[in-house]
Amino acid sequence: MSTTVEERDRVVIRFAGDSGDGMQLTGDRFTNATALVGNDLATLPDFPAEIRAPAGTVHGVSAFQIQFASTDITTPGDHADVLVAMNPAALRADLDKTVGGGTVIINDDAFTPRNIEKAGYAADPTTDGTLDGYQVYRVPMTSITVRAVEDLGLTKKEAERAKNMFALGLVSWMFGRPTDVTLRWLERKFHEGTAVFEANVAAFEAGYHFGETTELFAHQVVVKAAPAAAGTYRNVAGAQALAWGLLAASERSGLPLFYASYPITPASDLLHELSKHKNFGVITVQAEDEIAAANVALGAAFTGRLAVTGTSGPGLDLKAETIGLAVITELPMLIIDVMRAGPSTGMPTKTEQSDLLTAMYGRHGESPIPVIASSTPGDCFEVAFEAASVAVRYRTPVMVLSDSFLQSSSEPWPLPDLTTLPPIDPTFATGGDEPFMPYARDERLARPWAVPGTAGLEHRIGGLEREDGTGDISYEAANHERMTHLRQAKVDGIARELPGVEVDDPDGGAAVLVLGWGSTAGSIQAAARRVRDAGRSVAIAHLRWLNPFPANLGDVLSRYPKVLIPEMNTGQLALLVRARFLVGATSYSQVQGQPLFADDLQRAIEGMLDAGS
Amino acid sequence: MPGPDAGEDVVTLTKKDFTSSQEVRWCPGCGDYAILAAVQGFMPELGIEPKDTVFVSGIGCSGRFTYYMDTYGFHGIHGRAPAIATGVATANPALHVWVVTGDGDALSIGGNHLIHALRRNVNIKILMFNNQIYGLTKGQYSPTSEEGKVTKSTPFGSVDRPFNPLGLALGAGATFVARTVDNDRQHFTEVLRQAAAHPGTAFVEIYQNCNVFNDGAFDALRDKSQGVHNQIRLVDGQPIVFDEGTRCVRVGENGRLEIAAVDETDPASIVTHDVHGRPSLAFALAHVSNAPIEPTCIGVFREVQRLTYGDAVHAQVAAATERLGPGSLAGLFAAGDTWTVGAEGTAP
Repeated sequence: MSTTVEERDRVVIRFAGDSGDGMQLTGDRFTNATALVGNDLATLPDFPAEIRAPAGTVHGVSAFQIQFASTDITTPGDHADVLVAMNPAALRADLDKTVGGGTVIINDDAFTPRNIEKAGYAADPTTDGTLDGYQVYRVPMTSITVRAVEDLGLTKKEAERAKNMFALGLVSWMFGRPTDVTLRWLERKFHEGTAVFEANVAAFEAGYHFGETTELFAHQVVVKAAPAAAGTYRNVAGAQALAWGLLAASERSGLPLFYASYPITPASDLLHELSKHKNFGVITVQAEDEIAAANVALGAAFTGRLAVTGTSGPGLDLKAETIGLAVITELPMLIIDVMRAGPSTGMPTKTEQSDLLTAMYGRHGESPIPVIASSTPGDCFEVAFEAASVAVRYRTPVMVLSDSFLQSSSEPWPLPDLTTLPPIDPTFATGGDEPFMPYARDERLARPWAVPGTAGLEHRIGGLEREDGTGDISYEAANHERMTHLRQAKVDGIARELPGVEVDDPDGGAAVLVLGWGSTAGSIQAAARRVRDAGRSVAIAHLRWLNPFPANLGDVLSRYPKVLIPEMNTGQLALLVRARFLVGATSYSQVQGQPLFADDLQRAIEGMLDAGS
Repeated sequence: MPGPDAGEDVVTLTKKDFTSSQEVRWCPGCGDYAILAAVQGFMPELGIEPKDTVFVSGIGCSGRFTYYMDTYGFHGIHGRAPAIATGVATANPALHVWVVTGDGDALSIGGNHLIHALRRNVNIKILMFNNQIYGLTKGQYSPTSEEGKVTKSTPFGSVDRPFNPLGLALGAGATFVARTVDNDRQHFTEVLRQAAAHPGTAFVEIYQNCNVFNDGAFDALRDKSQGVHNQIRLVDGQPIVFDEGTRCVRVGENGRLEIAAVDETDPASIVTHDVHGRPSLAFALAHVSNAPIEPTCIGVFREVQRLTYGDAVHAQVAAATERLGPGSLAGLFAAGDTWTVGAEGTAP
């Protein structure tokens, strides 16, 4: 049989199934093979908070979406070109996330009357017209998998469990992915020769050969490698990159890394990653609660460690008082907040950007702290490093904002040249003849970092207001006012060393500036590209530091008649920008627990351009 | 990592070396003065320099203690001193870390940190000043106040049952548990001595008189004429006899400990104190009295040795480094699947 080969610039695939079907693993493996082909890619794991929701129900559906391309891409795609639905619930949950006319591959064996009913369908969606307009492939994945592994002596349940590898094999053939990468991984994951290893290999190969030999799949799609700068690459997820950025900051500062955290979704990935690397001298403490985690880290900061605590959502509320203590004691410390959809417990596994105002102002009294946000999975590395550098040199807690999407999403990442990372000089105080002044200040307004064990520098710090210079307790009115302004001026002064915000405005003089921050960077770039491809002008700019703002931000905003601020919240950056610069910025808001959709944003930009013309 | 220098000349330390220049600002007559004097007087004996000593405190009258010690000090936030101290002691095990806290700070707002520090056996010495009242907030009942306590927040009397702090500590798996009295300098110093020598968490409850909001709460033990009858002084390996040898703690029905007259007691049933034995003995001794208004045990209740948290943490780092080799970032990044793009900008 002959197959035709179609070449495409980019493809979005969504693997969807039960939480226990191994969809995250399938997506992850497909991603790795795709990275090694040299495609640019972006991924979106999208799973429920329940570990194993009742099988076959819509709320138990776990999905993994990947966009890969022969060109530079910035998002995991708004809608899938190909949906792999392992059961009716997956089809029901994700069909509307698939483009009209797209390809739907279903595991036919799972479409039993009982499963169809469990998914909440009134009638069989494969025959009632639901799938009209889609290109549907019905593949009995479970039964072929069971047949492929029948000689291995597995139970029926064990055999059926390998069906995700069948799906992976099938899709790998459809998109010309190399098989050796996956086979090598299976060898590493399961011991060669065991029945589980053999079953996974057999299922994977069965899927691949099914694509190759059946007439169902008459054509293969090829997505060529994307052009990329020379260098060595790997695929990296945000949580990994953030953890590695901390390791790099530890190495370049000479300060051993000390990470204290309490388990919470999705920030736990950081604790898991760092606890693997004790041979880097890393100490990880799983504290008794969120408050303890922050205080344990602050205690470690006092002794001269690179101290970090990480959390998400509700945990940030609990750490607020301790962050205030870090502000007044002026000790270096990082607080990593992996934002998730709220309020309260909210949607723990879904993404949002709704903690910006909490990061800025979520403490009693005037307690300013620098705030930095990462924009892509790979960017988490640099953001962690930069945050550590500022914290250490300015003696201040720094808030690092990431989000649920960035944590689990991955992208190709050029391995950094470690020699180009700047050193971070902690300059510990040493004893001299003069009386020690714990609250004297250097040119950055940073106070001395005098760690216990240093002779002659014994001193007391704490949450009570300090006297400028001596650090003694002071209730004096003028001193409190001076200290309040000093703490603010120290944070504001960081702007002096930050690069200005860069504006991407290829035509010059666009009527609309789209200003973003955090993980919406990819969607904003994609939306702007589409607007420009349609022949119109739009400028975009992205903030890395939210506090302080880059020094040139006011100038940039004043150059554009209209400013649009897209956020996965109800307009928190917009509020800050309007308040600070008295400009009429328009908020574009999406709070669905999903990354910002580029096509919706594209329409919003176009609408704004239309309104102005 | 800064720490005590090996082979350093032995320096003679005095109380003055541990006394900061800050003016002490507790209410005149407060039991805290006696505690401060006793601690400052005791520290030189340890031979540990102020630079290697860290005092960490929480909020409440006891929280000010750190400011009066000329060591490193961290006055934290309410209830969190054990957590801050855990960070200090774990990050740098060479430091000698003391926590000063009160009954409200340690047992109410900070209860969780206290029990987890004890569970982990962090190498910190916790001095809990128990005055059975909230002093700094001007007199509300505390988690150790007796039932029915009339205070500003309980004009009709408190309906809460109080904690038995030592029972709580023992339940959390504490490796060192002791109790002493603020005005008994000699007993206090001896308990401090044993606490300081203990590797791991030492929990010391100090009955401390608040002469403003709860004066006389411990008179049964503090007042000389009453104390001689009511202080049950525990001495390891010795039969538990008190009240000038007239009364004892004996094993009664169902193994229950009870107070009895010595001359009405079979000597074989008098309890012999054993700090290294089962925690149940220490627990029973902690509950011999219902409140410090009757004969009550003081001294060291329990002392057992267990690996400290800091040592365990650092041993794990050392073992991982031994097994995996010192971490290399370049090696970490390149592990797993990588691909190289040539100068012409195309993938493999």
